[in-house]
Amino acid sequence: MPDSVLSVRDLRVGFATRHGTLVAVDGVSFDIAPGEVLGVVGESGAGKSLTGAAVIGLIEAPGRITSGEVWLAGRRIDTLGAEAMRKVRGRRIGMVFQDPLTSLNPLYRIGDQIVETIRAHANVSEDTARERAIALLQEAGIQGARARIDSYPHEFSGGMRQRVVLALALCAEPDLLIADEPTTALDVSIQAQIIALLKRLCRERGTAVMLITHDMGVIAETADRVAVMYAGRIVEIGPVREVLRNPRHPYTKGLMGAIPTIAARTGRLVQIPGAMPRLAAIPTGCAFHPRCSQAFDRCYSERPERMPAGAAEAACWLFAEPTRVHA
Amino acid sequence: MLAFTIRRLFEALVVMLTVALLAFVLFRYVGDPVSQMVGQDTSLEDRTRLRLELGLDDPVYIQFARFVGNAVRFDFGISYQVKQPVTRLIAERMPATIELALAAALFAVALGIPMGVYTGIHRDSWLSKLFLTVSLIGISLPTFLIGILLIYIFAVWLNVLPSFGRGDTIPIGFWRTGLLTASGLKALVLPAITLGLFQMTLVTRLVRSEMLEVLRTDYIKFARARGLPERAINFGHALRNTLVPVITVIGLQLGSIIAFAIITETVFQWPGMGLMFIQAVQHADIPVMAAYLLLVAFLFVLINFIVDLIYVRIDPRIRILRRGA
Ligand SMILES: Nc1ncnc2c1ncn2[C@@H]1O[C@H](COP(=O)(O)OP(=O)(O)OP(=O)(O)O)[C@@H](O)[C@H]1O
Ligand code: SF4
Ligand SMILES: [Mg+2]
Repeated sequence: MPDSVLSVRDLRVGFATRHGTLVAVDGVSFDIAPGEVLGVVGESGAGKSLTGAAVIGLIEAPGRITSGEVWLAGRRIDTLGAEAMRKVRGRRIGMVFQDPLTSLNPLYRIGDQIVETIRAHANVSEDTARERAIALLQEAGIQGARARIDSYPHEFSGGMRQRVVLALALCAEPDLLIADEPTTALDVSIQAQIIALLKRLCRERGTAVMLITHDMGVIAETADRVAVMYAGRIVEIGPVREVLRNPRHPYTKGLMGAIPTIAARTGRLVQIPGAMPRLAAIPTGCAFHPRCSQAFDRCYSERPERMPAGAAEAACWLFAEPTRVHA
Repeated sequence: MLAFTIRRLFEALVVMLTVALLAFVLFRYVGDPVSQMVGQDTSLEDRTRLRLELGLDDPVYIQFARFVGNAVRFDFGISYQVKQPVTRLIAERMPATIELALAAALFAVALGIPMGVYTGIHRDSWLSKLFLTVSLIGISLPTFLIGILLIYIFAVWLNVLPSFGRGDTIPIGFWRTGLLTASGLKALVLPAITLGLFQMTLVTRLVRSEMLEVLRTDYIKFARARGLPERAINFGHALRNTLVPVITVIGLQLGSIIAFAIITETVFQWPGMGLMFIQAVQHADIPVMAAYLLLVAFLFVLINFIVDLIYVRIDPRIRILRRGA
């Protein structure tokens, strides 16, 4: 897809260990169009955060991208050097982490942190950057931003700090924002506000979003498309309505079946019988087969690639067209 | 902030009174002050008169109050050994010790912090491993051995630095400084390194472990994700967050540097308070010992107090806590 903001091709992330390489992200491919919101869901350990970290080039040793490609607006970025990649981070790709409460440096005024970020990416004066920071904070819903810009992080509540974090992630106007469970650490009562804010800020700027979350309610309200991950792979990806209403992959069905109503906002992905395999013991064939009620011969030996399933794509042998089955 | 300062001052007062009590007990009950002051052949009447003059027959609490009152006015009595006011002895000796201690602390900080930062950032480089090995030596060798080794290498073998004494000094008011003459500076080098090596090691290891800790935090990850330059992340965001514990330790160590100067001063015959103390112990010169004890305690307390104030400047969260307290 040439017009994608982000294009990830066959991405693999591995951890070198004494017993060989553990593959934590295994052949993940997806695209995000400009302004599009892609939701990423899956149980804990599915590889969601690692995929995000790989895109922005922040995988920590001993982990590393072992193969695949990451393209940003037509430019390959996974091969960039450290300094070139630094310029991409913040400026082209922003990121918000799991815990907004600890994302801000406690010793610096929030304004200084924003100004510092703006000036790391744009050749503007301190005063210009400061004015921009004030405007941005205001937009992010900080009342009296001009007065509060010189406050320290601990002087804000959790929800307010998350607004500051969003302002920081967006202050250099990236084309893509990776939000890794941006509300998990927050009070339930303010989660919806923050998601609404994220949605509004990104829509106004045309910023595409990769939204990692456990909350199906958030996906339903926010995402255009959704990718479901299991054991390091995308098992289903498609338009959000299609996937939520009419899940194809047995794993996605399990996830959806576990949610009574989206409006009920119970949110959390509830257990499907069994547990996701450890990295060192990923089953042969379809990694989901030990937990799948529909598994058949082929699932035990052959690994399914993604194939069309309705308006979505699923990596499941149930959707193999007869003609594609080789003897 | 005011309440905090007052509370701290009060705590300092309690500490000082406790030390004063110890010094007083030492002064009053270890040996008999009168027989220390007079000759063998002094008559009993003379002794009794002296005893009365000194107030040694007054109730103990009055004696203690007098002792404290005198100490506050820097009056520690007369040295038994050299028959001079203790205060004058200290005034002569203190500049040497303070200059040595500050030079040692400067050496420890100026080398320890960069080495700590480097080894924290480049965990696996060979230079880091070299630094850590060297610092292990600094921790495990006793001070006097390091002093003797340095004397052997630089004074005896290479013959580039003096092995004892303070060199030439220049008076500035009552303060005789060795920092303004070439020979004084040269004489300072080996003792300062000897005294500061252990602290440097401590600072290196502390900064390193704090850096490792801080570099794992979310706000450092977020700083990276915002595309800040490495230099800003390492020195602006990470190092500054390690400073609170580092300053505490350095501050407290400055106290121990002054206390441990005894050994270094002995090895290098450095004419400071430590050497004075050793000589006082050898001659059971109780007033000098008591004064030294009080003075070192006072420096400890003073440094602690300053460290607390610096904290508050570095970490805004403490400001809030304190305001609430
Ligand atoms: N440093 C590491 N060493 C070894 N394995 C790791 C390391 N970091 C992550 N992993 C493994 O990689 C896999 C994917 O981790 P990742 O953090 O991407 O999961 P996630 O989908 O984000 O889960 P969560 O919902 O809990 O955040 C997990 O099995 C995890 O155990
Ligand atoms: S491939 Fe087989 S085991 Fe895997 S999800 Fe589909 S049916 Fe289940
Ligand atoms: Mg995660």
